Amino acid sequence: MFAQLVDGIFWDIALWVFVIGVLWRILSIFRVRNKPDYSVPRGSAFAGAIGANLRRFLPRAEIGYRTRLHVIAGYLFHIGLFFLLVFAAPHVLFIKEQTGLGWTAMPYWAFIISAQIAFIGLMLLWIHRVSHPVTRLISDADDHVAAILTFVVMLTGCMALIESFEGLRVLHRFTVELLMVYFPFSRLMHAFMFIPSRAFTGAWFGRRGVKA
Amino acid sequence: MSDSLARGIEAMRAQMDSRVMSYMSSCVHCGVCAEACLFYTETGDARYTPIYKTEPLRKLWRQEYTFWGKLAAGMGLCSKLTEADLAGWEELVYDGCTMCSRCSMVCPVGIDIAYLIRKVKEGLAAAGFSPPDLVEAGKRALEIGSPMGVTLTTLKATIRAQEKETGIEVPLDVEGADYLCLFSSGEIAGFPEFIGSLAKIFKATGVSWTISSDYFEATNTGVQLGNGKLAATLVERVVAAAEKLKVKTVISPECGHAYSTIRWDAPNFIGRPLPFKVVHIMELLDELRRDGRLKTQGVTDERLSYHDPCNAGRRGGVLDQPRKLMNMVAPNFVELPETGDMNWCCGGGGGVSSNERADELRLRVFSAKKRQLDAVNPTGLVTACSNCRHMLEDGLEDNEMHDIELLGITELIADHLVEGHG
Repeated sequence: MFAQLVDGIFWDIALWVFVIGVLWRILSIFRVRNKPDYSVPRGSAFAGAIGANLRRFLPRAEIGYRTRLHVIAGYLFHIGLFFLLVFAAPHVLFIKEQTGLGWTAMPYWAFIISAQIAFIGLMLLWIHRVSHPVTRLISDADDHVAAILTFVVMLTGCMALIESFEGLRVLHRFTVELLMVYFPFSRLMHAFMFIPSRAFTGAWFGRRGVKA
Repeated sequence: MSDSLARGIEAMRAQMDSRVMSYMSSCVHCGVCAEACLFYTETGDARYTPIYKTEPLRKLWRQEYTFWGKLAAGMGLCSKLTEADLAGWEELVYDGCTMCSRCSMVCPVGIDIAYLIRKVKEGLAAAGFSPPDLVEAGKRALEIGSPMGVTLTTLKATIRAQEKETGIEVPLDVEGADYLCLFSSGEIAGFPEFIGSLAKIFKATGVSWTISSDYFEATNTGVQLGNGKLAATLVERVVAAAEKLKVKTVISPECGHAYSTIRWDAPNFIGRPLPFKVVHIMELLDELRRDGRLKTQGVTDERLSYHDPCNAGRRGGVLDQPRKLMNMVAPNFVELPETGDMNWCCGGGGGVSSNERADELRLRVFSAKKRQLDAVNPTGLVTACSNCRHMLEDGLEDNEMHDIELLGITELIADHLVEGHG
């Protein structure tokens, strides 16, 4: 019964909440207009927006050492998660069933490595969050809920690899649905909002002829 | 809710545009910005984390623009923004931030944190939580035309002294001149030789210029306070002076904040494009160099380095020009580590220099600049901002770094000028 709900109506609800929620968040942000900039530009705002979106993937050398933990853990987590999400065999199969689109899944050993990388990254980031005076001061409940939910999703995903046990697959899918419902109303929105955020800053500095 | 809190909240509400909301929605509280902020790196106090300084704005955004915030506020489960919040952030925002934007250059999700802090200042200023010194400076700017109380009489006396020293007439109120030059009060009072240097360079290069006796102040206390209305009033005075004299271009002097304000922010304060072009003096001198009109002779043996004023460089885009000018006269030029768009602030930008209660903190965080200087040991430090120069003077004195001479770049060029190449 629970499995039917998770695979059926719960999934539908989670998907709609996720899609409509994300779109609503993005539209509600862009509904509030920016004031026009009347200054005469020195450089291209467009080039600045694109440039900042690309450049900000790498840390500035000037603070590279001081932020080494953020950078290493951040990359470990995001790269590991990306590979798990897109190339884990059950995910590839699921996406093919849902959309008809398919691609080659990564082998089991690559899944294990990706999972380990993602777990190490996520745990390092969370330990840093609760132990460093700066992140401890600026973090709120949302940061912790998002981290714990992501951790649980990844953990149940690894457990679900024991494919003979249907219950674990259902549990994983249920936690994913919880994450999808939580996503639009949380800091997880940074997965989309980093793009306009970098673009605004890049464009602003770009008009001034500065590469941000 | 008190009137002052209501004014503060209303002022911050008015700042909510899609740029602010994108920033709020993308911050992951990673804390990387702290590692770029001299107030955090030099004190180790987490409260100086740049994004934390935006907390009043964030709190308002959370309550009024987010699902959970609205839900919690509706159910009375979250604390609302209070007068105590604003009072508590006054010191962090006005004393512990120079608006240098170094944090804005490193945020992984691209938040221009200085932009947000400027918005917080709007709320604090409207609610009456601004440093008394800055408020007084604002009053003087409005009433006298100078935040330091420099009057036209003082300017005229300074001009006469410079005319006597250089033997060159300084043009006042010349209608139809190509360039109108503004000055910061700190320049007139502390580095009057800047005016003489300009007179020498402009005579040698054949530049038609003037100073307005109606309005000559380049700085804008409204920006430092976070008072957009005051900022707009002061900008209108520059516009009126420039229009009266029918000049084509306004020159921002050696002052980073003045340049950033008049070049980039001014048209947005008054809601229309400026009826003239704006150039930083470094841009003009570099243009004259490129055109072959600015020629120098001889070089200095000094091991000079350059301090980028944050508002002219990082937030203004004047980064290459001073280096090209330095290259004309300083063959032993040495770059500071972490320079250009990642230079460390002098510690006195964003109105901190006008805020006496912040002096102790400002001198404490000068250790970042000291570290930069110790790494390359220059015998002279050149800058293109009179405020930076004052702050550097203070910092060097406080650290007993008496071997480093401070110079303005315009004077350096004027000292090596080949005269008569108009």
